[in-house]
Amino acid sequence: MSPRFSPICLTQYTATTCLGLGKAPLRAALAEGRSGLAPCAFETVQLATWVGAVEGVDAAALPAHLAAYNCRNNRLALLGLEADGFGDAVRAAIARYGKRRIGVFLATSTSGILETEIAYRHRDPQSGALPGDYRYAETHNTYSVAAFTRDYFGLEGPTVVVSTACSSSAKVFASAQRMLACGLIDAAVVGGIDSLCLTTLYGFNSLELLSDQPCRPYDAERKGISLGEGAAFALLERDNASQPDASVWLLGYGESSDAYHMSAPHPEGRGAQAAMQAALAMAGVTADAVDYINLHGTATPSNDAAEGHAVAAVVGKRVPCSSTKGATGHTLGAAGAVEAIISALAIEDGLMPGSCHTGELDPSIAIDYVLSPRQARLRRVLSNSFGFGGSNCSLLLGVLP
Amino acid sequence: MTAAHPAPLHAWIDGIGLICPGLPSWQEGRAVLAGETDYQLAASVLPVPSILPPAERRRASRIVKLSLAIGFEAVANAAADASQLMTVFSSSSGDGQNCDALCEALASDDRQVSPTRFTNSVHNTAAGFWGIAAGATPASQVLCAYDGSFGAGLLEAMALVAQHQAPVLLFAYEAEYSGALHLARPLPDAAGIALLLQAQPTAHSLARIAVSLGDDADAQATRLAIPALETLRTAIPALRGLPLLAAIACQNPATVLLDYLSPLQLQLDVQPC
Repeated sequence: MSPRFSPICLTQYTATTCLGLGKAPLRAALAEGRSGLAPCAFETVQLATWVGAVEGVDAAALPAHLAAYNCRNNRLALLGLEADGFGDAVRAAIARYGKRRIGVFLATSTSGILETEIAYRHRDPQSGALPGDYRYAETHNTYSVAAFTRDYFGLEGPTVVVSTACSSSAKVFASAQRMLACGLIDAAVVGGIDSLCLTTLYGFNSLELLSDQPCRPYDAERKGISLGEGAAFALLERDNASQPDASVWLLGYGESSDAYHMSAPHPEGRGAQAAMQAALAMAGVTADAVDYINLHGTATPSNDAAEGHAVAAVVGKRVPCSSTKGATGHTLGAAGAVEAIISALAIEDGLMPGSCHTGELDPSIAIDYVLSPRQARLRRVLSNSFGFGGSNCSLLLGVLP
Repeated sequence: MTAAHPAPLHAWIDGIGLICPGLPSWQEGRAVLAGETDYQLAASVLPVPSILPPAERRRASRIVKLSLAIGFEAVANAAADASQLMTVFSSSSGDGQNCDALCEALASDDRQVSPTRFTNSVHNTAAGFWGIAAGATPASQVLCAYDGSFGAGLLEAMALVAQHQAPVLLFAYEAEYSGALHLARPLPDAAGIALLLQAQPTAHSLARIAVSLGDDADAQATRLAIPALETLRTAIPALRGLPLLAAIACQNPATVLLDYLSPLQLQLDVQPC
């Protein structure tokens, strides 16, 4: 059964990735087919892999009264929040609706765990305690980035972090829409923020899912992911009265669970199919109404095979698709929001992104895969995000009919 | 723009699952919270999840055992079909012992982490295991709001019930950290509450709840009459929901105020069925 659904407007949005601060460098790189990946030189990490690191994160300074929140993830959030005038749009929304009527729905997978990883190297030899300046709640805890954002803007509304691994920041759109629909809020700050850390670099390495080359989504010879970091945000409102030229809306979303395996997707993409079909059903459209799909496309052998199978089952070869992870890296809990913003830019600019680093396509995947940027009028774009634990979410973004 | 005070979200509670120190199930918890039997503090007991396939059973950590036990208890009490339920999982800290072990390994010289430890480090581990154990493919949301995690989970679950007019299973749960993280975040034990929420009353309904945001910053959350449980309520985020269970156990209409995120609280109008 599809629930009642009124489209929700993205009245402002922004994304900061390894391609640069805000929308302009992201737009330019997508149009040029340029990647932001580089050999990993992060912290003390010694792994032969490529990453998409954001420049200037360490130089970002939190306001003095919020110093307790200082960690890489919250510094990255701050950079992202103030890009493209997004912070000003939030402050204007506060003036319109009031600080209790704006919800915060952010996503992260690893939060500020880098602080804890470093603090564990400096434990007290006697007591085992972490250093005295270590702040658990404000940095490590999964909620940290939402607490920081709420305090940064002085908001007092419902606030939460969604953390479903790599589908997290697609699912914030769903939670925000539900709160808007039931009248608890009038606007929502949604987004995803994930930053490089040892847990994910060494963790994916232990699963043999890290590529030693820049990742090659949907390539026949794909060898795994390249990790990235990013901070992407959108301001959601019930209409575009505050920004009459805002033209991209959330038309529907679908959420599902694989119920199959903790770290491997269902081989036929059962949950992915269900998520895409639910998003279409919520919007009241068929697969033929979709003009482009931004794939999850992590470049692991199993993800791309399963997702490719699912996409082929839902749209066949009728809809052009690509993964942008060769450009941004896999930003994990930020990927859903980064790619929702990429999808919104694709609609605004009439440009389907290509697939950096992909050479020879996997012949066993029967979809219309876009290798190079292609101009086209895009009215509806589906954005896929899938995560460990079998968590799936598809967003349908588009213009109003 | 809607009114500043929207209509409360309402639902019927058809099933409850509970594990907390001294209260190994809702059946025993109900009797204690109703004042029928005495409370005795004891460590939480987490049953082995026999429903999991052997490989997953071996990997089941404390947080997985806890979540599966409270979830299946709530489903059984409601005579519901676990495979058909949307779910909301809300936890402040995820799998604490796993996180400590991972950070310990990353601080060592070789930095070798176990693939299973890494897989189980995601905040949605319990949700993933629940999906496998229950064969549940519907939507599953996984949340964190630090000490406000119970309230955040309840709000999300109520909004899902309202939107889909379908049952939702809410899990609020914590498993304590070990090692250095335990010193930084001293959660005393594992504990959790599961609620099966229905859009319409059924033969199994225990109570109707109507939830709204209370915004009197000076208001105090409803306290528990038993001092040891009141201490646990404030020590373990998931147990911020215990006053709701106490109201249901007592079977009298009640207004319950639950801690959420300052300056907000959740105000619950509880009507026993």
